[in-house]
Amino acid sequence: MKLFVATRKGLFVLNQSKIEKPHFLGDPVTAVLREKGNLYATLNLGHFGVKMRRSSNDGATWEEIAVPAYPPQPKSDEKTPWKLVQIWALEADPAETLWAGSIPGGLFKSGDRGATWILIDSLWRRPERAEWFGGGYDHPGIHSICIDPRDNRRITVGISCGGAWQTRDGGETWGLASRGMYAEFMPPERRNDPNIQDPHRIVQCASRPDAFWAQHHNGVFRSTDGSKSWQEVTAIKPSKFGFAVAVHPGDADTAWFVPAVKDECRVPVDGKLVVARTRDAGKSFQVLGKGLPQQHAYDLVYRHGLAVDASGKHLALGSTTGGLWISDNQGESWECISTQLPPIYCVRFAD
Amino acid sequence: MPRVVFTSNLQRHVSCPACDAAGETVSAVLEEVFEREPQIRGYVLDEQGELRKHVFVFVDGRRARLSNPVDEKSEIYVLQALTGG
Repeated sequence: MKLFVATRKGLFVLNQSKIEKPHFLGDPVTAVLREKGNLYATLNLGHFGVKMRRSSNDGATWEEIAVPAYPPQPKSDEKTPWKLVQIWALEADPAETLWAGSIPGGLFKSGDRGATWILIDSLWRRPERAEWFGGGYDHPGIHSICIDPRDNRRITVGISCGGAWQTRDGGETWGLASRGMYAEFMPPERRNDPNIQDPHRIVQCASRPDAFWAQHHNGVFRSTDGSKSWQEVTAIKPSKFGFAVAVHPGDADTAWFVPAVKDECRVPVDGKLVVARTRDAGKSFQVLGKGLPQQHAYDLVYRHGLAVDASGKHLALGSTTGGLWISDNQGESWECISTQLPPIYCVRFAD
Repeated sequence: MPRVVFTSNLQRHVSCPACDAAGETVSAVLEEVFEREPQIRGYVLDEQGELRKHVFVFVDGRRARLSNPVDEKSEIYVLQALTGG
């Protein structure tokens, strides 16, 4: 079992429960992807901007590759600068095209392993983008990119805060895909507007791709029709706020969440870090805490801080206070790897 | 010819030894450097051609903008602001 752990102070690799020597020690790593023989890492150097590195030998050596860049900004009253702030999502389709979701809201693709990037203009130029706004960051961002395993021209992206958008033609045209979500934080007349929803994370089931799960700012939602419509799942416990969600790749009815108290108090309920799991499509949940800290725990798990492997058996959980846990039994019990890592942004299995 | 010195913190990421480059403004001098070493550009400027938010330029000890004039003996320091942690 090999796991990549992207943190505020470097990229760590967990190999058979042992943490190996870190890559990019001291630098924030916001996303990581292994695609065929290549390993990709996105860095946010703060002073010197967003950078991307690629390794063809599993991290023995790295080379700098291009980063997505926004086109020249036309003169307008738009408040969002057309400047790359962060790569928030990085995925690859079966044709080896890389897809990068970014703050301030641009989706990019690369057909040459990151040597060059193309902005998906058809989404960026949508007039609805003017209504998007930042969620957690100053500007809106794409944090989820779901590529349909049946047809890689069908891509669904999740935006905080801009709802969900879907293309069925490889990015030529886009439509809103967040109907049924509601936003408690908006005035009543805008509550159901699909374009201003804040899905914190959206995942798609690999074996039943019409099934999606979303951890939204104010609840859990599920879609069984390819994200044409969403229904709220109200049985989630101990609370409905959170960032992360993972779905079992072979069972669309099984999903995991990491609830926190609420938006203005982003800590575990009663100081107990737990994972909520459903095995019946959200009708009921088990609250799993065996092996996780059950008193004075203030760990928050970000959008990409929960991962499931291709078998659906192994899980990984990484927190903002540097806690890392793994489970080999679908979350029934957890093994603590560390409580002293830098703040964790993303965990990802190597498979 | 003006001299350009980059913060040593940038050396960790990209090769950028101190060098001389011609030009009548900060921008023109830096462009000359980027022409020789294209990889430095993205560390100093963003994609809109502006100085990165947390990068400062000093010319002969004074904080400067890209449009500021420089003379033959100017020393241009490219520094990181002490933000972040």
